[in-house]
Formats: sequence, structure tokens, C-alpha cells
Amino acid sequence: MPTTPAVSPTPTTTAPSQAQRDVINSKLVVPFMNSVREVFAKMAKVDVKVSPPHFKTKPGSTYEVCGIIGFSGGITGSVVVSFSDAAAEKLVEAFAGMPLTRNSPDFADAVGELANMIAGGAKPHLGALASISTPNVIIGSGYTVASPTNTPCLVIPCSSPFGDFCLEVSINPRN
Amino acid sequence: MKFLLVDDSKTMRNIQRKVLSSLEGATFAEAADGVEALAVIAAGQGPFSAVIVDWNMPNMDGITLVKKIRETDKTTPLIMATTESEKARVLDAIRAGVNNYVVKPFTPESLLEKVNQTLAKSRAAAAA
Repeated sequence: MPTTPAVSPTPTTTAPSQAQRDVINSKLVVPFMNSVREVFAKMAKVDVKVSPPHFKTKPGSTYEVCGIIGFSGGITGSVVVSFSDAAAEKLVEAFAGMPLTRNSPDFADAVGELANMIAGGAKPHLGALASISTPNVIIGSGYTVASPTNTPCLVIPCSSPFGDFCLEVSINPRN
Repeated sequence: MKFLLVDDSKTMRNIQRKVLSSLEGATFAEAADGVEALAVIAAGQGPFSAVIVDWNMPNMDGITLVKKIRETDKTTPLIMATTESEKARVLDAIRAGVNNYVVKPFTPESLLEKVNQTLAKSRAAAAA
């Protein structure tokens, strides 16, 4: 049984209360940590390591390639899977089984499907029946994915042999 | 044998095609959503040995597609391949008429196993 990494108490643009921290720690970290590991292990044969999460302190993108999935129904919010350019190209190649150029529609499709599986894998463990959106993908820099009001954004850093990426989770889990 | 792969992700369809190509004589038709899938079926590209259906797709989702297919076709094996793994969703899919259920992410071996199970049951039912 994996242990839950402690969420570091850094300030955030939407400052989480201690109660929110406790819920986020217990409800969000493990489902997403397990899901991201499972997706890359099964679909790309890539070992992903997860570092202790922290709350996002400033708006803006962490990396240049993002797959975004929205949650609705019993859970609301979004999860962003954010890759560096270099990590995205290599991880997508491992997943798709072929190299895909960054500007091709197939590259965005693969990033979106990875985000879909990571969000979908965590969803059953978040405490309520919810639906997830089809993915949106952003390639570039200088954008901000806004979090829902009063919802802190939890950043889960991930590393792989192909480079770093992270999950940015802005959802309201059920108590 | 011929499979219809229905998924809005071309990458996922390519992965499924690659895995199922190991089955002797496998050929494929593809659709990116339920509407396209119904058009492929209406165009007479079948019969299909199995239809593999994603749940979350634009235009027409997988559960609606399954219900539409089952209105007229009670026998073609339908396999839901989706990230939706909650028990309630699986039960919804079974009630709608799917024969088997594959949760994404999957390994190539697990997809092949589910497809082979489904084909074997279909052959047994046809022989009975």
C-alpha cells in the first residue's frame, strides 16, 4: 500500500484551510499518484516516480504541453497533465509506439488520451460518481488554466527516465 | 475476423489495432464516435467479429452507441474499452448490452485476453 506523501504547507493563490489540506491529502493525492503510475506502466512501459506534492503558488503554466480534463457531477474541477516539451515527445512516443511530431494532430491526440486515462483512473477513488470531459490540449507557454473559485491547485510532481512532468489537480473532493 | 474500433482517440485506435493484429486474419474498420460507427455499420462494412467501444466520445458516446446497436443487433459482441471503471458504470454498460468490459489503462495481454474470451463465448453461442 503506497504511503501518502505529505503536502508541503506553501502558500497558494487560493489559500487552502487546514481542513482543505487534510481532505486533499487523504482524498486526492493517492488516487492520482496511483493512476499516473499505472497509466505509464501499462500503456508505455515507463516507470514514473512521484515526489511530494505542493500547492500551486502562482498562476501560469508549469510546462509547455498540457492535457486538460474537466470533472462534473458529484465532483467538479479539472486536472491538468503538464509536460515539458522534451518529456512530452518521448513519453508520447513510448505510449503511441511511434515518434509523433509536436505540431501534428496525432501528438495532441496522444497527450489528451494520456490525460483522459490518468483522470479516469483516479475518478473512482474520489468519493462520488462523476463524469469526465473529453480532453483539451494546449501546446505552448504563457497560458493559465484557472481553478474553480475557492479550490486550491495541488501540484503532484512526477519524474520519468524521459523527463519531468506534473499533475495539477483543482477539484473539490467529497468528504 | 473483422473488428470495428470506436474511439475518439486515433492513438488509442492505433494501439488496439496493433494489439489485435496478432490475431490471425484480423482486419479493421474504425470510427471516431458513435455517429461515425453507426454510419460504418449502415454502410455495410460488417459483419464484425466484435465492436470495441470507448465510453466518453463527442457527438454520440459509447453507451448510447451500444443501445442503438442493440435495438437491431442482439448478437454482435460489443466490448466497452474505457476509463469508466465504477461499478455503477459497468452495470449500466451490461444493462445496455455489452458482452465484456476492458478498463483503460490496459496491457496488450489483458486486451487480448478479454477479446479472446468474448470471441470464444460468441462462437460457443453460435454453435449451440
